[in-house]
This record gives sequence, C-alpha cells and structure tokens, in this order.
Amino acid sequence: MAERSFAREVEDLKLGEGEIFRGEGILAITKALLQSGVSYVGGYQGSPISHLMDVLADAKDVMEELGVHFETSASEAAAAAMLSASVMYPVRGAVTWKSTAGTNVAADALSNLSSGGVTGGAMIIIGEDYGEGSSIMQERSHAYAMKSQLWLLTPRPNLPSIVRAVEEGFELSEASNTPVMLQVGIRSCHVHGQFVAKDNRRPAFTLRQALENPVRDVSRIVLPPASFVHEKEKLERRWPAAVEFIKARKINEHFGPETGEVGIILQGGLYNGVMRALQQLGLADVYGESAVPLYVMNISYPLIDDEIVDFCAGKSAVLMVEEGAPEYIEQALNTLLRRRDLQTRVSGKDVLPMGGEYTAPVLVKGIKSFLETHQRVLLGNQPPLPDPTPILQDPKIKALAEVVPPRPPGFCIGCPERPIFAAMKMVEEELGPHHISGDIGCHLFSILPPFNIGSTTMGYGLGPAAASAFNVKSDKKAIAVMGDGGFWHNGLATSVGNAVFNKQDNVILIVDNYYSAATGGQDIPSSRALNPRRKTNNSIVNAVKGLGATWVRQIDRTYDVAKMRDTLREALTSKDEGPKIIVASSECMLNKQRRVKPQFAKAVKDGKRMVKERFGVDEDVCTGDHACIRLSGCPSLSVKHTDDPLKDDPVAAIDNNCVGCGNCGEVSEAAVLCPSFYRADIIHNPSGWDRFVASLRAKVIGWLQARRDAARIVFAD
Amino acid sequence: MNEHVTMTPRHATDKPLSLAVLAMGGQGGGVLADWIVSLAEENGWMAQTTSVPGVAQRTGATIYYIEMLPTRDGKAPIFSLMPTPGDVDVVLAAELMEAGRSVLRGLVTPDKTVLIASTHRAFAVSEKQAPGDGAGNPLVVIDATDFAAKKTIAFDMDKLAVEKGSVISSALFGALAAADVLPFARQAFEATIRAGGKGIEASLRAFDAAYARAKDKPAEKLSAIPEKRLDPLPASAGHAELDRLLARIRNDFPDASQAMLFAGVKRLTDFQDPAYAGEYLDRMAALHALDRQHDGETKEFSFTAQAAKYLAVAMAYDDVIRVADLKVRASRFDRVRREVGARDDQIVYMTEYMHPRMDEICGTLPKSWGLWIENRPTLFKRLDSVVNKGRRVKTGTLFWFLGLYVVSGLRRIRRGTLRHQREMAHRDEWLAKATQTLNRNYDLAVEVLACRRLVKGYSDTHARGLSKFDRVLSSLPLLVEREDGADWLRRLRQAALLDEAGTALDGALKTVATL
Repeated sequence: MAERSFAREVEDLKLGEGEIFRGEGILAITKALLQSGVSYVGGYQGSPISHLMDVLADAKDVMEELGVHFETSASEAAAAAMLSASVMYPVRGAVTWKSTAGTNVAADALSNLSSGGVTGGAMIIIGEDYGEGSSIMQERSHAYAMKSQLWLLTPRPNLPSIVRAVEEGFELSEASNTPVMLQVGIRSCHVHGQFVAKDNRRPAFTLRQALENPVRDVSRIVLPPASFVHEKEKLERRWPAAVEFIKARKINEHFGPETGEVGIILQGGLYNGVMRALQQLGLADVYGESAVPLYVMNISYPLIDDEIVDFCAGKSAVLMVEEGAPEYIEQALNTLLRRRDLQTRVSGKDVLPMGGEYTAPVLVKGIKSFLETHQRVLLGNQPPLPDPTPILQDPKIKALAEVVPPRPPGFCIGCPERPIFAAMKMVEEELGPHHISGDIGCHLFSILPPFNIGSTTMGYGLGPAAASAFNVKSDKKAIAVMGDGGFWHNGLATSVGNAVFNKQDNVILIVDNYYSAATGGQDIPSSRALNPRRKTNNSIVNAVKGLGATWVRQIDRTYDVAKMRDTLREALTSKDEGPKIIVASSECMLNKQRRVKPQFAKAVKDGKRMVKERFGVDEDVCTGDHACIRLSGCPSLSVKHTDDPLKDDPVAAIDNNCVGCGNCGEVSEAAVLCPSFYRADIIHNPSGWDRFVASLRAKVIGWLQARRDAARIVFAD
Repeated sequence: MNEHVTMTPRHATDKPLSLAVLAMGGQGGGVLADWIVSLAEENGWMAQTTSVPGVAQRTGATIYYIEMLPTRDGKAPIFSLMPTPGDVDVVLAAELMEAGRSVLRGLVTPDKTVLIASTHRAFAVSEKQAPGDGAGNPLVVIDATDFAAKKTIAFDMDKLAVEKGSVISSALFGALAAADVLPFARQAFEATIRAGGKGIEASLRAFDAAYARAKDKPAEKLSAIPEKRLDPLPASAGHAELDRLLARIRNDFPDASQAMLFAGVKRLTDFQDPAYAGEYLDRMAALHALDRQHDGETKEFSFTAQAAKYLAVAMAYDDVIRVADLKVRASRFDRVRREVGARDDQIVYMTEYMHPRMDEICGTLPKSWGLWIENRPTLFKRLDSVVNKGRRVKTGTLFWFLGLYVVSGLRRIRRGTLRHQREMAHRDEWLAKATQTLNRNYDLAVEVLACRRLVKGYSDTHARGLSKFDRVLSSLPLLVEREDGADWLRRLRQAALLDEAGTALDGALKTVATL
C-alpha cells in the first residue's frame, strides 16, 4: 500500500459529463485516461508521477467496472514493453514513469515499439523531472522522441489543456500508428486546477477479445527485412499522417495579434511563464491578451513546418522559447527557415540561458533582450519590473546568507536506514574509509551530513554493478549499497547476478525497508504486507541464493547497531570468494507509523493494555558534544539551549515526534557515547498486576529516594 | 481551438494575489496550501497551487505557491507556476530559518510582502552536529525579515498549535486570517477548516488562538543568546553550613562574580557536599587574590568571573557516581514523566543505555587499587572483556535501581577514587597554566580558563575533548607575548568546536604557528 491513501480522489475519477473535476494535474490525467476508453495502464512510480500509480492502485472498483487492466510494472522497461498489446490490437494503453531516468530504462522497448508501430493508441506519460525539486540528472526526454520517432505532446500547464492532450493524443497515435509521449513537468503534475469532466468510457475492444482472437502480422516484427520497411513507413507514411492530424485538429495554438513585426514560439509547458513575463513587461494581461503574436507548440515533436512558416512569414524575427539543452527545436527551426528561404531571424538560446528552469525573471530578461534588438518600440513605456536585488544587496540580507542553513531532504524520524549508516560509520572508524558505490533510493541520503557516506550513483539497481571494476586484489573491499526497490527493478540480474558470475570480492548491502519507499511506499515483490492483488513476501535472500550467492547474511532488525556493525566488519574482512551480501531489513518507519498509529490509538481507546516507547535525554547528564547527532541526524533528535549557567553548549533533546525506534540508545551503547539517553515505556491502560507491581516498586524506591534526599545538604532549587 | 485575438490597445491591469508557503517536509505545508485554495474557490475565486515536493517531502525545505483571482467576463486568469522574486503578496514560513530562506530567495520585499512566520527553531543537521553551539543567530533573521517585509507577523506558532492539540498549519492559517490580506472574512476561513474533515475541533482551536495572538501581539521579541539562570545570592539557605558558604561569597568576592559563584557552589554541594563547595571557594579566593594583584579591578575581575564558572565545571566532572546519582533521583523520575507527557493513570518505566568499560570501573576504585589493575594490562584486558558491553538498565525495577543507588552512594568515597585524583591533577595543571599566564598576559589567562569548555563527554568523546584542550593550549608559548594572544586563543577554541575530528583546529594551529 502506498503511504498516501487516495480513497477520496478515487471518487473524483467517477465524475460524469458536465461535472467539475477539481484537483491535481496528475489526477486529471488519470481521469482523462478513463474518459479516453483506455484498456490497460502500467508504469513505474517516481516523482512527479507517483500519484497516478497510487490513485489507480486505490481505484480497483472503478477500474473493474470499466474493464481496465492496471499493472504495477517491475520497471519502466516492463511498462514500455506492455504497450506491445497495442501493436496488433485496437486497444488503447497508457504507461507512465519519471523521465529521463525511466525513459532511459525503457529505451529498448520504446525503439522496438515505435519501429513496428501501433494499431491502438499507445501513450507514455512522462513526468519530466527537471528544474527545482528534481532528484535526477538534468536532461531532456525530447531526444527520445526524435531518435525513436515518438510524438511529443507538451500541453499548456492547465487542466483542460492537459486533459485534451490525453484525449487527442490517443487519436493522434491511432491516426499515425505511432506511440506518443505526453510530457508534464513537476509543477504541472502537482498543479491544482479544474476542468469539466466527461463520462468514463469502456474500451470498445477488450483485451479478452484480443487474447481469444490472436492476430499475427510478420511485417510488424522488428526483424529484417521488416525493420527496413518500418524505417520507410515511419518517414513516408506515419510522419505525414501525424502532421495532417495535428494541423486538422489545430493542436498547436495561436494567441495575440494575427500579425506583428516579431513573434514568440514556445513549448506549451512554458505558456504560463511566458505570459507572466509578458505581463510584467506590459505586453500582456492575466486573462491571456497578448500584444505579441504567440505560437504555442502543444506538440513539440514533430514540428508542423507549414504552421511555423506561416507564423514566421512577414516577421523580421521570432524568439524560440525552449527549456533545457540542447536547443533541438531552435536548430530545427533554423534548418526549416533556410530550406524555405525565409529571412526571419531566429533568436533563442542567444538571449535565454542554455540550461536551467525558465522562471519568470529569466524569461523577462530574455524576452526583453529579444525585443530590444528586434522591436524596441513594443517595449514602450515600461512598467517597473519586480526586482528584489536592492533588498538582497543590503548588508542585513547578506548577513542572513551566513546564518540560514541548507536543509536538504534526509532520513525521516525513526528511519531504519539510519542505524545501518551509523554502523557503517563505526566500521570506518575501525577499518578506515572504503569506496562506497551508491544506488537510487532513500539510502542515498547517506551521502549528506551527518553520515557523508557514498561516492557515486549510477542508476537504479546499478550500485553493485558500479563497483564491478574494483574486483581486484586489495586490502580493502568496495561496498555497494542498494535498496530493495532497486534490487527488484534491475539489481537482481544486473548487479547481483553480475557480481556472483564474476566472483566479485565486494560487499553488497541491500537495504530492505519493505516498500519502494522513496517513491511513496508502493509494494514491491519483497513487501511483507499481504496484498490481495499482488504476490508479495518474496524473499530477497532466496532470490540471491537462487542466483548462486553463497555468503549471505540476513539482519532482521537494522536497529541492532552492534550486530549491523559486526556483520559489516565480518563481510569486509571475509576471505570467502564472491560477493558478500548483507540483507538489512526493517520496515520503513513512515509507512509503519501510518499503519500502526491508528491501530495503537484504537487499542488504547478500547481499553487494551498497550506500551508506547519513546526516547529522552537527561539534560543534566548530557555534556553537549553532539556525538550522538553525528551518528543519527534524526529530525526528532535535536539540541536545546539550557538555562544552566555552567553549560556553554546546547544539550541534546528529543521532541514529541519520537517514535521510539531505539536508534539513539543502540548507537550510544554501541559507540560507547554517553549514558544520557533513556527509553521511556509508557503503559497505557495498565492491568491490575501492572499497578500492583508498580506501586510496590514505587514504595521501595520512593523510600530510598526520600532517605537520600533527607541526608543531602543542598540549596533549594 | 485556434484563438486569433486582435491586438487590444489596453490590457487589464488585474494581478493575482500570490502566496508562498515555505515549510519542511512533514509540516503540513500541502494542507495549508489546499486550505487557501479551497477558501478562494468557495468564495468564487479561481485559485491555483503548485509545489515541487519530490524527495523534499522527506524532511527537506519545500515551497508551495498559490495564486488567486476571480474570472473576468468569463475569462479564466492565467496563473504562474512559480513565484517571481519581488512579486509575492504573502509569505507563510513554518519555521524561523525558512522565513530567512524566503527573504534570501527574494520573495519578501518591503513594497508588498506580508510575512507570516513561526519563530520556533527546527535545527538543521549542519547546526546540530557541531561539537559546540552551531545554532544560527535568530536575531540576524529577525533583522532581515523586519527590514525586508512590509508587515511581519511572527511568533512561536508551533508551540501554540501543539498546546491546542493541533499542528502548525492551523496556526499559520489563523495568522493569515488575522493579517487581513485576503479579501475573505474570518468565518470563511473557519468554514474551510470545517469542510476539511480531520481534526476539525483542534484545528479551529489553534486557528482561533493564532488569530487572537496575531491581532493582539503580532511580533515576538527574540534574544540571541538564550537566557541563563543566574540567581541572586539568597539571604539564607536555611542551613548553617550552606549559610557559611553564602557569607563567604558575599564578603570575599566582588559583586559581579557572586551570582556565578553561587551557581558553582550550588552545583558542587549537589555534586558532592558543602565541604567540597568550600574547597572550591578556597581555590577561588586564591585565584581572586591573584586577580587583584594583577590589576584585575581595571578589567572588572574577569579572571575571577571566568574561573568561577569553569572551576565549578572542572570540579563537577562527569563520573559514574554522578551519572548514577542523577539517574536515581525522585526529581528525575518526575521530570521523565513530564517530558514524555504521561498521564496519572499511566505507568512509566525508564531504560538507560549504559556501556561501562574497565576504564570507568578502575576510575571508581580507590586510587591504589585502580592503578594496580591498570598497571597489569593482561588483567585489565581480561576484566574489560567481562565488563565492557552495553547494558540496558531498567531504573524503575528494584534490582537495577538498587544497583544504581549503591553506585551513587559511592559519593562518600569519591575523593579517594582514581578518577578524582586524575581530575584534580588535570585541574591543577590547568589552573597553573592560567595563573602563570596571568603574570604576563591578563586577557590570555582569562581565555586559558575558558578552554575548559573543550573537555566534555564520556569515553572516546571525553578523550577527544582532552586532546583538543591540550592542542589548543599547546599554542600558549607562541601567544603569551602577543597583545592579541587572547583573540587567537579564542579563535582556536572556536575552531576546536567546529568539527569532531579537529580539522578546523589543525588549520587554525598552523596559522598560529606562522604568526
């Protein structure tokens, strides 16, 4: 189960004709899929499209009623391959993932899919994880559209436009026998807006019909000579068909005056930003009126040559607004205008930055510079631009930069991965630093303070594979860390199989937190929960042993820091051949609390005897060295300034969000830090026996305490 | 859907109201943003919110951005997906440093921005991991926000919300209503909370309290250095022995140092007994006499004042007896109950995480016994292998309580223990260094005293502290003749508190060597 429940949002998926849907962009896309009569949906979770997967997982009833098959794909490659159902049969399918990371994984299937072409509409919804908030390398998915010939939809970032793009995208796919990609940015995935809903549609042709009436056509299979025919078909038939469809449907839009000295061509996703910039320059208003002609590409690939030529004709210059590098569209634009012998000047990355997000200030600067060169008069009597620079240059604000600390994401309160890295730090104290190959997932937070562990990350499930070269004689072994998500995604064969086969003398640490935790707590094959619709509880240990691994250790409670440390030490000093694999398992605390908290509260309410654990620090005992924090970083373990005049430094303190995971105590015990920590067991609804024992103990202890206090000569506090 | 619009000579000048919410993952910034959007929509406005949560929802800093405006002649406004620096009407910051961050990002400007911020601190890892005090100075933030914002509403909204059984988003929402920047009545805000579903009553309580507080006293005074408790000298402590100590402080020392001396005496009677506090005052009297000899009066006796603090710290060292003593006290049992918020009908048991080693055992033995074992490494090792392991001490049970109680009772023989001899030798060596320096460089001597701050912690941490202390003081010969010697020693001490390994200190020592 995902960490967030979408029970309420599922209701929105049932809205009918004329009703208003209000919600997040990514959920609007989900609703649009159902309105488009989709037959099957798959994908791999990841920001910013996780919610699409999560809401469909929660929407079992709606999906069953409509006859839609939903699958949680093992990877983006699996999801892309799933689209092959639309090759021979008139069924619409959609898959989704985070891009470009996911598109990289899916590339093999995408190439084959686009070569043979599709009969039913095939759509890939890519969450372009670019700019602020992104967690991956900054690249463009656009390149995939060009190299594999997939049409790339980039609608304006409002719900009606995005929904329309889904609906028309399927039609375009079918009209041109080509899979389409719908690209949405992080912000448009999370944008809250509204659109007028339509009824959901049952697929006209079902998967069952397909299975029971199989169709085969050798010419669709990517093998010579068909593959050469595909290339010809793509260029001579499917491309023109797509261009015709896009023109006929007027998918790309014009705004502003019909003619003008200059114009702006932009990707649909940048429309709101460009409009805000024009507004600040006094050239547009908030309701969409613009003084500059705009050509909005709701499809960024293919380019519709005739539309562009029409737009450029009669203009002395156009500005191409295209985010990210390289500037593929700007290059194509130049080629097009040369071919048609149009003298319109093309501006773009000469006035706008090559890389980075196109924020309003960036766009204002670029557009202004473009207009200054090509139609100065338009800028006219400029209104003052919003400008915080004078404020930011004040010494008071500059002093602030020294004080405001960076606050990167990190392990959650009570995270079971924290003790693993605390143990690793302790082992490094003993054996010295090691080369540590990281992977993708929550555990990569270890690269940040306080742990500062990890050297590289090469991709999902590729951590151990990335340590392959280090399989040489040495006094130290490389350590590779990989999460359970990465393990099942790609790591089993590519990393573990590879290491076993090549007899790699490395240590592989598999962090098993029972979920694909970083993406929102979705189930994976080794999840411990019983999921009636998926087969869970598949052991990672059995899987690696099945591959031939021999040195395998399972740790069932990562919070046992001493055991964790000793096992790591054993692995690092082992003389055995082949990879030393440690599977460290404890449930993701975020998900565990979500599961356990309501149960605990209910049990207490029902009068059951329940024990709640949490940690605390005796501030008199704490000396304020913060060694415990350097081995933890838990948000719940912080510092506080005391009023004790003899203490200079703040003492450690644990706040009320503590979930009692035990890490603080275990670490201070294993690393021999200090005796300040205590665990408090709070017994709710104590039994009669509890109360009897407690009162007996209290009597004896109270008597001894009173005796001591009476004998002590101290100042009253 | 092609729209061909002819150029209109005049554009509408309407601008959307814009709000940015800066929060940390898990603080409910998303809930607050959703409330603001619902509030606008329920009142007939169009509204949009966006965010870039991603992995930032795992405890990182994150920002939510909202714009709102009604439709005009059926035309929906086009909202921006991100804030423009210098063009934000309201910034809501769910923590003090996040308020600072909003200013650094240019979101707060004097011509238009109302800043609503909670002044509580959630320390970042970089602040709390320093071996010293790494916390950022809150006054710098207040200075900057007061300067940058058109209007500021700032108080501890986290505390207020928790007191009302709710979370900070409700308090921020209340403060927003009180700020009168959105064109909606207070009742509309409350209706939004009511329509929300979960925890309505608690949310409304926090909302009301924050609303009232924001109207009544919108800005809270903060101080840079948290207040230290320095009680004035009482007339009498109700016991002859204690009163004798008080009389000595009153008669023998300058007024300015009396409060600190009292704190020291208090600590040492608690640590050991009144006689021990008497020894402290003996020492202090000697140090004060020296201070006087060296024209301390012209320096407001800062040597005495500094010694009063750190001599008490040095004499109340953290040994096994002290730890046991603190753990078994009745006052501690009560404090734990209070800290964990236990109700009267609940039972609380504590488990201590202790890891005694042979070093601590020897330290607690009488000096000769302790040394006898320490001088026999094989025996020491063998004993250590038996003793040296983590122990979960359940202080609330009779067996463990009695154990700790007996250890704490060793207070009576403390003065004879090996640890005590070592602590006192260390103390004397340190004071000797300080007094010798006093002859040649008064200010430097004061700084030598303050270096005692570096010695803290237990086991390895303690050893590391001692080594830093030694390394810092190793620079004394280089500094003693320098007029700015005190400044350099202070810098060295500050460097020693920056990181665990002492990397910054090594760098600073190299610099001193080149002076």
